[in-house]
Amino acid sequence: MIDFALDISLTVNGEPVRERVEARKTLVDFLREDLCLTGSHVGCEHGVCGACTVRVNGEIVRGCLMLAVQCDGAKIETIEGLSDSGEVADLQTAFEQRNALQCGYCTPGMIAAAQDLLKRGGVPSRDEIREHLSGNYCRCTGYHAIVDAVESVAQARAGGKA
Amino acid sequence: MKPALFAYKRARSLAEAVALLGEHTDARLLAGGQSLIATLNMRLSAPSLLIDINGIGGLDGIAHKGGTVEIGALTRHAQAERSEIIARHVPLIARAMPHIGHAAIRNRGTLGGSIAFADPAAELPACLVALDGEVDATGPEGARTIKAQDFFKGLFETALGPQDVLTAIRLPAATAETRVGFAELVRRHGDYAIVGLAASARADGKGLADVRLAFFGVGATALRAKKAEAALASGNVDAAVAALDLDPHDDVQATAAVKKHLAGVILRRVAKQLLEARP
Repeated sequence: MIDFALDISLTVNGEPVRERVEARKTLVDFLREDLCLTGSHVGCEHGVCGACTVRVNGEIVRGCLMLAVQCDGAKIETIEGLSDSGEVADLQTAFEQRNALQCGYCTPGMIAAAQDLLKRGGVPSRDEIREHLSGNYCRCTGYHAIVDAVESVAQARAGGKA
Repeated sequence: MKPALFAYKRARSLAEAVALLGEHTDARLLAGGQSLIATLNMRLSAPSLLIDINGIGGLDGIAHKGGTVEIGALTRHAQAERSEIIARHVPLIARAMPHIGHAAIRNRGTLGGSIAFADPAAELPACLVALDGEVDATGPEGARTIKAQDFFKGLFETALGPQDVLTAIRLPAATAETRVGFAELVRRHGDYAIVGLAASARADGKGLADVRLAFFGVGATALRAKKAEAALASGNVDAAVAALDLDPHDDVQATAAVKKHLAGVILRRVAKQLLEARP
């Protein structure tokens, strides 16, 4: 059988989900339109801007460059899940305190990408932070305050562990 | 934009993927999808069927055997980036890997996909040419091996037939004499190169032999600069830069004159890497 729509079952932010989706629907559109998880944003739709960054099986991916049908059996985490669990609470606070956002469109993707770097542990250099966030565009503030925020959280987490 | 309507089928075996390609002449294989899905979203391509090969067993993995490193087509960039075998035995690929896209892209993108897509500004096709590697493909007549120099035919065009599936790439393992170099110039880290260079050579006394320079972003495919290779082998970097016989075209990133100038700039950087002793 060759299908234009398929049944998928997956876990999204810890909750089991079963849906029938069109094969052509991207993961980020599925999350936003079918599950009303609108924290993941749709920017360029060709993998350049990073606004749609989500976690699939623990690794960050472009939500616009993966199809929902490919996520059958997968564990998806969006900014809503990362936020509700408290995993990125310190990053969110640091972004707010250091004015690392203006319009906020890029912020969910920025936080997901930053957390992907920081969960490896240690205190990355500013160059390493810039390199890891190189796939996420911000068109308001520039990147200085964002790098400041991520660096301060890395230092605070390392200090907390010592 | 959103993709046009297409059907989707998970292939469970290589034979099934090959058969499906035969039944559906405008079908496309879906591996990492990091280029394909972007082109679908932009409606630059509109196949009737996507054949998802991600579930086919045995197509990923990195193995070192008999002086060769074999990398399965479905190996993700992130896997290769973390691989001890690649760091140790194919240092050119290890150097190139951080320049390929961004972390989120490298988690999904596959080595086989990058080679099969044959983007003229991509890193891996140039590495394959610089290392004189090979590509394994399976089609209706069975498996075959294609040398890198015969694989890249033109702009996004390879020796793969309409029913072929790329299954692995094979690269010679580095020896104590192997020297490699890599550099690219981009507007933003991880973007496609304005101009890039992947190079390999063999240390020969104080000089170099078997120099292979594969420039990318300057033509329809990765291009060898053979006159510059000969000059570099004789130890003259200035002569190598002067001998660069590239003929790039203007593109959205830079004019031909700028690209040609930048090719010389990165050749100097890569020459320095090639002439360094291996750590």
